[in-house]
Amino acid sequence: MILAKVVGTVVATRKDERLVASKLLVARPLDPSGVPDGNYLVAVDTVDAGVGETVLIVSGSSARMAQGFKDAPIDAAIIGIIDHVDVEKVQK
Amino acid sequence: MQLALVVGNVVAPVKDANLDGHKLLMLQPIAPDRTAVGRTVVALDAVGAGVGEHVFFVRGREATFPFLPGEPPADACVVGIVDHWDLE
Repeated sequence: MILAKVVGTVVATRKDERLVASKLLVARPLDPSGVPDGNYLVAVDTVDAGVGETVLIVSGSSARMAQGFKDAPIDAAIIGIIDHVDVEKVQK
Repeated sequence: MQLALVVGNVVAPVKDANLDGHKLLMLQPIAPDRTAVGRTVVALDAVGAGVGEHVFFVRGREATFPFLPGEPPADACVVGIVDHWDLE
C-alpha cells in the first residue's frame, strides 16, 4: 500500500457497469514526510475520503478485495484515511 | 520477497472493515548493504514486527495469504523478521 494525498475527483459518465456509483478520485503518492513522490493515479474511493486528505491506497489485484469491488475492473482503491504516520528516520 | 527496514507506524482510524485489527507498518526497502532502494511502502504485519527491525515482505495478491480465510485488501505484507543475512 502507499500513502497519497487526494487532489481531485474524476467524473466519468460512460464507464464499466461495475464502476457505476463508485467514486473516483485523483491522488498523488507521498513519501513518509508528506512530500509528493511519483505520478498521479486514479483510485476508487471506498472510505468516503475527500480532497486534501491523506489516504492509504492498495494497488494491483488486491484492490479488488476492497469491500464491494470483488469483480470490478480496478487496480487502485482507497481503503483508509490516514490520521498520522510515526517515522523514526528514513535513510535515502 | 524483499528485504526492508521498518521505519514507522501508520495510523488510519477510518479504513476498510477487513483491515480492522491489522497493524500497518511503513517499510523502506533496502539492499543487502542496508542502503535504501526505491520508494517506501505501507504493509500489513503478519509476524509482530516493529520499528527498527529488518524484515522481508511479500508484494501482490500473496500479501493477503497470511490472513486466510480473511481477505484484507493489502498488496504488501511483512512475513518474516530477519535475524541476519550473509552474502558470499
